[in-house]
Amino acid sequence: MSAFSELVRRDIWIAWKEGGTLGVALGFYLVVVVLLPLALGPDLNLIARIAPAVLWVAFLLSALLSLGRLFEADFEDGSLDVLATGTLPLEAVVAGKALAHWLTTALPLIALAPLLGLLLNLRPDAYGVLVATMLAGTPAVSFLGAIGAALTVRTRRGGLLIGLLLLPLFVPTLIFGIEAIGAALSDADSFAASFLLLLAVSLAAMVLAPPAAAGALRFQLQ
Amino acid sequence: MKLIVDKLSVLRDSRAILADLSFTVEPGSSLLLVGPNGAGKTTLLRTLAGLLPASAGRLWLEGGRSEQSLGELCHYVGHLNAIKSTLTVEENARFWQRYLGGAGPVDAALARFGLAGLKDIPAAYLSAGQKRRLALARLLLARRPLWLLDEPAAALDHDAQAALTAVVTAGLAAGGLVVAATHQPLGWPNERTLRLQPATRAP
Repeated sequence: MSAFSELVRRDIWIAWKEGGTLGVALGFYLVVVVLLPLALGPDLNLIARIAPAVLWVAFLLSALLSLGRLFEADFEDGSLDVLATGTLPLEAVVAGKALAHWLTTALPLIALAPLLGLLLNLRPDAYGVLVATMLAGTPAVSFLGAIGAALTVRTRRGGLLIGLLLLPLFVPTLIFGIEAIGAALSDADSFAASFLLLLAVSLAAMVLAPPAAAGALRFQLQ
Repeated sequence: MKLIVDKLSVLRDSRAILADLSFTVEPGSSLLLVGPNGAGKTTLLRTLAGLLPASAGRLWLEGGRSEQSLGELCHYVGHLNAIKSTLTVEENARFWQRYLGGAGPVDAALARFGLAGLKDIPAAYLSAGQKRRLALARLLLARRPLWLLDEPAAALDHDAQAALTAVVTAGLAAGGLVVAATHQPLGWPNERTLRLQPATRAP
């Protein structure tokens, strides 16, 4: 267990020291969300209606930017070989790195989301539920992303490939996330169902993605 | 502990890199893998570390606890140094020590390889030889019986080579096993040489 927490600590510390990856993700999120109202024109009702969808889609695209590097750096400098000879199984290494990605990339993006909601004229009662759905749904993004990152770790310029691989996997999270916000705003009963499904997708990803990504990494290390 | 390799074959891209290889390494002795480029020295080391699957044959450590894989019992120091350039020398060493389950002062291990004065600088500023020394310091940071070293003396200066020899000698005296791929004589105690030839035949 201490090796696991040590790995998570190291990844957070490296992300903090490098800073660039998070800066790019936050900047990209900001730019996408700012550009969209400019493109749609001054229809405040329209913008308010699509605000949750815009914030979610932009989140997924921003997270994709950094997911490609999840294992690449460790692969290139040989760390992955040594990580594989540790007492920690490769599945736990994957889980640790995905957790660190969620803490260092998803959490700051979630923190930025309410601020960007202001720019999109998001209804005041939607902020709480927006943050709640993102906290519940985004672990799936980091953990499913680990599968794509593991599959493309040896691929030069795997960024586009990783998008093609992962975006279909993100569809359930996207649908239930936006559905939950919509249901909460219209006081429909379906909020609980959507929110629980969102949590279920995240929990399933946290269980199923590490073995899948570890299998891909074992193959790539050959 | 004793390393036994029995009729080992390894395929890569359905080409036989190693075929029917058998040898043993006794406790306290070292085995040098020599041979031309492409003879399979790195492939053998990676197979011993559990990073590559063997297509036929067996390899095991006699006297090791059966639930531990060979990978968990070995230090693998490959071509790449496994160093994070944004972290300082000490942070790199401390991470690997804790990750690999070691204990004790990091400073002593760094001092053995002449890195004590550099521990607070980012690893990005190290020279090639200094990075190599930091990678080799892993051998001292956690106790593991089997050391797999790929070109350990590459980029090392005279003093660092002497330090490496001293560390290996101490490791062997404690009953460890060392398997190293090399192109230059290393002058270690109890060393035997295994000459590998490039396999040309199809599987």
